[in-house]
Amino acid sequence: MATTTPRLEKYLEAYEAVRAQGHDREPVWLEQLREDGWARFSAKGFPSTHDEDWRFTNLAALAKTAFRRAAQGEIAAPAEQLERYRVAGTACQLVFINGRFAPQLSDLGSLPDGLLVCSLKQAIDCGREGCAPEGIEQHLGRYANMDRDVFTALNTALWEDGAYLRVRRGVALEQPIHLLYVSAGAQIATHPRTLIIAENGSQASVIEDYVSLGSEAAFSNAVTELAAGEEAVIAHFLVERENTASFNVSTLRIEQSRSAQVDTHSILLGGGLVRNNVHPVLNGEGAECLINGLFVGAGRQQGAGQHMDNYMLVEHAQPHCSSRQFYNGILADNAHGVFHGRIVVHKDAQKTDAKQTNRNLLLSDHARIDTKPQLEIYADDVKCTHGATIGQIDESQLFYLRSRGFTLADARNLLLYAFAAECLDRMREPAAREFAEALIRERLEELTAAAKATGTGAQEESEPNREELG
Amino acid sequence: MALLEIHDLHASVEGHEILKGVSLTVNAGEVHSIMGPNGSGKSTLSAVLARRDAYKVTGGTVLFNGKDLLEMDPEEAACEGVFLAFQYPVEIPGIGNAYFLRSAMNAIRKHHGEDELDAMDFLPLYKERMKLLEMDEKFMNRSVNEGFSGGEKKRNEILQMAMLEPKLAILDETDSGLDIDALRIVSQGVNAMRGKDRAFLVITHYQRLLNYIKPDYVHVLVDGKIARSGGPELALELEEKGYGWAEADAPQAQPA
Ligand SMILES: Nc1ncnc2c1ncn2[C@@H]1O[C@H](COP(=O)(O)OP(=O)(O)OP(=O)(O)O)[C@@H](O)[C@H]1O
Ligand SMILES: [Mg+2]
Repeated sequence: MATTTPRLEKYLEAYEAVRAQGHDREPVWLEQLREDGWARFSAKGFPSTHDEDWRFTNLAALAKTAFRRAAQGEIAAPAEQLERYRVAGTACQLVFINGRFAPQLSDLGSLPDGLLVCSLKQAIDCGREGCAPEGIEQHLGRYANMDRDVFTALNTALWEDGAYLRVRRGVALEQPIHLLYVSAGAQIATHPRTLIIAENGSQASVIEDYVSLGSEAAFSNAVTELAAGEEAVIAHFLVERENTASFNVSTLRIEQSRSAQVDTHSILLGGGLVRNNVHPVLNGEGAECLINGLFVGAGRQQGAGQHMDNYMLVEHAQPHCSSRQFYNGILADNAHGVFHGRIVVHKDAQKTDAKQTNRNLLLSDHARIDTKPQLEIYADDVKCTHGATIGQIDESQLFYLRSRGFTLADARNLLLYAFAAECLDRMREPAAREFAEALIRERLEELTAAAKATGTGAQEESEPNREELG
Repeated sequence: MALLEIHDLHASVEGHEILKGVSLTVNAGEVHSIMGPNGSGKSTLSAVLARRDAYKVTGGTVLFNGKDLLEMDPEEAACEGVFLAFQYPVEIPGIGNAYFLRSAMNAIRKHHGEDELDAMDFLPLYKERMKLLEMDEKFMNRSVNEGFSGGEKKRNEILQMAMLEPKLAILDETDSGLDIDALRIVSQGVNAMRGKDRAFLVITHYQRLLNYIKPDYVHVLVDGKIARSGGPELALELEEKGYGWAEADAPQAQPA
């Protein structure tokens, strides 16, 4: 019950500003949605570690920082600075600076027929003027649950923009769509909202990419709703590579219709405190979901290590669906990882096939992982398995490589990469996979270089010397 | 100067002394066989020579090519020309054989100030050596030893040796797990590499291997010490009389 601390006033200010801005512009249903969101957030405040869903993640630092809404045009992000965030081989790139669409920085390319891409605000404004806004009201806020999650409530109250994608029936996109969410400036909170509607039989890949310009702390609280129609084949990539002063809470809520196939890939490399919620609901017979992820955490210049909390909630609502969760974590220095894998099988969801695997490598004695499976099964004919492992780099593998001439650093790097590559191998979209691979390689090289520079991380060297003399 | 000079080597694992004063001199061009009962310390000796951290040297000296081997890391020893064919080769999922081996060759080449091999230079060589060892090319892209049969792993060790061209190759029970044909093929591979600049330490339990790879010397390691040394006939005698005999009246035949 942390209601009106002075810090939360900043959120109230932001809410009032957003409401004022939307007045006379936003449709009534949206105003109502915002009100509902605000009511829930202001009633509950940020969760504490007494909340079972937040047991391993302490939000005190987030709650006590006075994150504010960015002023209009406060940060002019120069195009050159964004150049390095382009992703090769994508169909288009939408850029958002502090949660606001930046058309001049975006590259809409030449969009194929049957694909609608614009900012959510544009789409809603468009709707006001009566031009093809269809579907937004039926989908926005329909899936993400504000009652369960105050961050979703806060996002719903405060979002200013985000991406809107609609892929028409039967249309297959050949290249992924890149959504770049940029944080810039001191203590700015943004609440990006993304809506992806994949009509029946459509195929598309989307990369949601969070970056920061500069090293100042930001708070990104993103919500994405993805509605996958019958037999749609969709891949979603979340890339978190913000600076380590920042907070990132993202919620991906997926609604799958009959035989829809959705792959989600979370690649968490940056951010200081990261919470990654992935919540697919398999709500049509024969739907399949892959929930794949890699999180890599390490120390920080100041304060604690990176904190990466992965909260999976996989709901099987209809029979004959399958879900596969694979999350690998690499934690160095005093990083802290969490994997909370919840699977709920509703009573009608017979013949459910759900599998969950979480594998973790701890590279230092101070690194920590909390891994918690949670199965709630209300149907009787289901197959649910889960497993978690926590280990170190295998000494015999390390020695084998070194005995062939690999340096300790190269051997470690190679073994880390092989571990991470298990996740890469599950990515089927080539451009996105290549992009993820380059980012992961770079991050792992940083880790090994840092371990070398400080002399930490080499497990076998920090072991007590058991030599017996005399 | 001998290629390898081990003098009064003591080593322990997890606080247990396993090697209790091993002395052995190996000249370039020679093949030495080391036999001995299970647990006598043969693999420990090879691990120490390959510089595995967990094996602590508590006394003695080892010179390799005149340099202090005990000062070297595993990778340095490898680059200087020590190769260990593992008794139990390690599986490394996620790392392809070809990539692994080319990187290993390049690490060693770099150590000697030589240019790196690119895939174009490497592949023909790799394929040729695979053929020699009658290995299917499909192994190339599989992960290192992952899911290999016992015999395939051993062949893969010899293939790596053939590519890395070490000065000293230590074969730790390479014959165990090989079928009759594989034994012949692997032995041919080893024999093809014999030469005046290279030496072999062949650890085995079976005289049969020594019919294929003819050793110059045979040593019997018992309880962390060399109990007997002799020529190839020693292996035959052992087979006949057993290790009990070797232990019983050990005349310490090692010509230091
Ligand atoms: N990590 C370890 N911890 C404890 N004891 C060990 C360890 N490694 C080896 N030993 C012990 O050291 C002794 C020598 O082992 P080693 O593997 O060198 O024998 P070996 O001569 O190669 O035997 P084999 O013929 O069965 O291969 C054995 O008694 C073994 O149990
Ligand atoms: Mg052995």
